Amino acid sequence: MESLEIYNRAKEKFGDRILEIVDKKPDPFMVVDPSALVEICQYLKDDSATAFDCLSNESGVDYKDRIEVVYHLFSYQNRHQVVLKVKLPRDGPTVPTLENVWKSANWMEREIYDLLGVTFEGHSDMRRILMPEDWVGHPLRKDFVEPQEYHGISTVRESPIIRLK
Amino acid sequence: MSLLNSLPDYVITTKTDEVINWMRKSSIWYMLFGLACCAIELMHTGGPRADIDRFGASPRASARQSDLMIVAGTLTLKMALRTRLLYDQMPDPKYVIAMGSCASCGGLFQLAYSVCDGVDKILPVDVYVPGCPPRPEALTEGLLKLQDKIMTERWLSKGPSNGTSPTPTFQA
Repeated sequence: MESLEIYNRAKEKFGDRILEIVDKKPDPFMVVDPSALVEICQYLKDDSATAFDCLSNESGVDYKDRIEVVYHLFSYQNRHQVVLKVKLPRDGPTVPTLENVWKSANWMEREIYDLLGVTFEGHSDMRRILMPEDWVGHPLRKDFVEPQEYHGISTVRESPIIRLK
Repeated sequence: MSLLNSLPDYVITTKTDEVINWMRKSSIWYMLFGLACCAIELMHTGGPRADIDRFGASPRASARQSDLMIVAGTLTLKMALRTRLLYDQMPDPKYVIAMGSCASCGGLFQLAYSVCDGVDKILPVDVYVPGCPPRPEALTEGLLKLQDKIMTERWLSKGPSNGTSPTPTFQA
């Protein structure tokens, strides 16, 4: 099935809770209300016409005025894919976890939490996954300021290129 | 009358320091410590073609049995603390080779938020091997340079440094 067909099917079922359907090459996507996210994903997974059995990627983007979480779903059974997006405020972004729908969401959500500071409600293990446990801040945020030192290790090194000028 | 002439052919005379250093430089055991892509070249260096083993260097799995730490790859800040811990576990005398651009200065990734730009910020480095990654020949040359350095050390001579470790002091 083409992804636009799937979006329209979902629109019929969920109505207003699908905020937007954007037909944009190469990947058309639909923007979803965060509160309905789990329900929609469960429907897309269970319905035999869509049968999305794989959450192939979950990622976060900082757009300066908002934060988006992007879900790429793939169906091995039907060989089609869709893209779902959730728009969140920059201050205290929170979205329900998809861990109970696809188990593989666990580590990807931990990564988004680590790098962008999005909290996933209901997540079983909301810890940092890449950065050290005592790290301050979320490095992929546009307003992240790199600390001058970490445990006494300076993070700056004079550039040899500047010296040679 | 010289001493040499008074001895039979099968006796060799040398200095104690030199024979100690000769033995030490001929059995540099390095710790297997691959952090990134440089580790692949490190494995090649230990393999049959470059065969670093012919200089007496063989890999050890534990820091407690090693003389040399070859830092092969990008050092992240998270790993930096663990690296320092491993270095502290090595028995004296101990040496460090910074292999490749990343270990020497952070290389390509030195502006990244998570990268410790240069292992010399946490450890005293004896030999820097440039390259991205260095070829096995380059790392072998680094080991030979380290052997030269070992030969210059004095263990028995009297002086302020007598009895202390020849490892260079930690530079912050």
